[in-house]
Amino acid sequence: MKKIINDSSRVVDEMIEGFCFAHQELVKKIDDYRVIVSRDIENQVGLVSGGGSGHEPAHAGFVGEGMLSAAVCGEVFSSPTPDQVLEGIKASDNGQGVLLVVKNYTGDVLNFDMAKELAEMEDIAVETVLVDDDIAVEDSTYTAGKRGVAGTIFVHKILGAYARQGKTLKELKELGDDLVGRIKTIGVALTAATVPEVGKPGFNLKADELEYGVGIHGEPGYLRETLKTSKDIAKELVEKLSQSFTFKEDGQYGVLVNGLGATPLMEQYVFLNDVKKELAESNMQIAYTKVGNYMTSLDMAGLSLTIIEFSGTTEIAALNEEVTTPSWG
Amino acid sequence: MTLTTDETRQWLLEFSKRIQEQKQYLSDLDQAIGDGDHGSNMARGVTAVEDMIKDDSLTKPSEVMKKAAMAMISKVGGASGPLYGSAFLDMSKIIDEESLPEVVEAGLNAIKKRGKAELEDKTMVDMWGPVVEALKTDTLTQAFIEETMEATKPLKAKKGRASYLNERSIGHLDPGAVSSGYLFIAMIEEVGKND
Repeated sequence: MKKIINDSSRVVDEMIEGFCFAHQELVKKIDDYRVIVSRDIENQVGLVSGGGSGHEPAHAGFVGEGMLSAAVCGEVFSSPTPDQVLEGIKASDNGQGVLLVVKNYTGDVLNFDMAKELAEMEDIAVETVLVDDDIAVEDSTYTAGKRGVAGTIFVHKILGAYARQGKTLKELKELGDDLVGRIKTIGVALTAATVPEVGKPGFNLKADELEYGVGIHGEPGYLRETLKTSKDIAKELVEKLSQSFTFKEDGQYGVLVNGLGATPLMEQYVFLNDVKKELAESNMQIAYTKVGNYMTSLDMAGLSLTIIEFSGTTEIAALNEEVTTPSWG
Repeated sequence: MTLTTDETRQWLLEFSKRIQEQKQYLSDLDQAIGDGDHGSNMARGVTAVEDMIKDDSLTKPSEVMKKAAMAMISKVGGASGPLYGSAFLDMSKIIDEESLPEVVEAGLNAIKKRGKAELEDKTMVDMWGPVVEALKTDTLTQAFIEETMEATKPLKAKKGRASYLNERSIGHLDPGAVSSGYLFIAMIEEVGKND
């Protein structure tokens, strides 16, 4: 293992310290908790997300005015405990309630659910939107149903905009549930991630192999093949996604190419160019594009492709709105 | 008959002792069908439970049980933390007024609700469910608990990490049912001892 760290059991704490120092004008850490809160808690419904660490900039990088009120950081690839999530909820509530955005992993679901119940005992209204955008496989190592991956950042951004506009908790919950159903993602890995405390890669791929459908914790995908060109990978991923959508000629769609940690932006743009060509054959309209490392898996090489079907121009406007966060860009 | 504060405390301390003794065994069981950390996670949790409930200012069973719930919630992690936490928390709500079968049943219902699991899904429910029935008919023994642990072996997991393994989960004990079994063996030993 070759990593720039000190003590593998302290990586999350030391990362949080560094992160809060770098972005001190935007965020702060709650003492004794691994919770990062916006300095700018507005008079609106609070938006809280989080999960295991190792997916940076998700989720703390999206804390700030117009997106998340707080992010709760668990250990690498494992859910934060309910008391931690509860602190995030309390810090984000100013009487209008708090919406939790949770990726669909059994640990996250149980811990956030418990936190919701604890918050309700303290008279804070809480709702949850569960993100399960990864269409690769049903039921995997840490998940019943489909996994939650990069599409989560669209949920953060769009609901963040809606919350800022003053939507109520109930409205945000309904809009969120509807939104999640129109976001689909599929990934491809070239190498596995190495969890610092484990010290070796989570799975092994040969030097000339890739695997389609791998999860952001290294959960197995659906197919291993010899390395392909970007064009062929785009064809496979678009083909897979198109099975989950009925692309409409007059429909408007958004595309996210997300790097998993060790894949250069150069390759991500090459890939986007191929995705654009593949999608052109469906005569669909791409109304929004985003490229970069947003939901990573430590040092995994590979990327994911997310497509969102917009319900209307409001969602596109929500994605384009200016926000003040460390990492939305 | 309701539990005394001291019985509740002794019960949980005995539970802690048994978990710590069986830490490696629980992790080994989990290694076969999960990610192998059930023993160390539970050991961390019960150590925190011990610290929290030693406090002499706790004068009601509900206070002891609630402290134990919060310790499990904040220290265990994974799926077991919220499941044990939910069970203890709901038990704490009625433990001052109700007798043991009702208290354990409240825990069972909390686990079912939180984990959305039913009997024979190869989870903690497969220990808590039979124990509640045995308590109601006053037939709970250590032998019954050990048989109930064994009875999870042929089940096919439908919830939790092990469900991913599907058929391959058959033939292994469920670690959560086993750790719950220790809770109830501790209960038999410590509750009603001074009758």
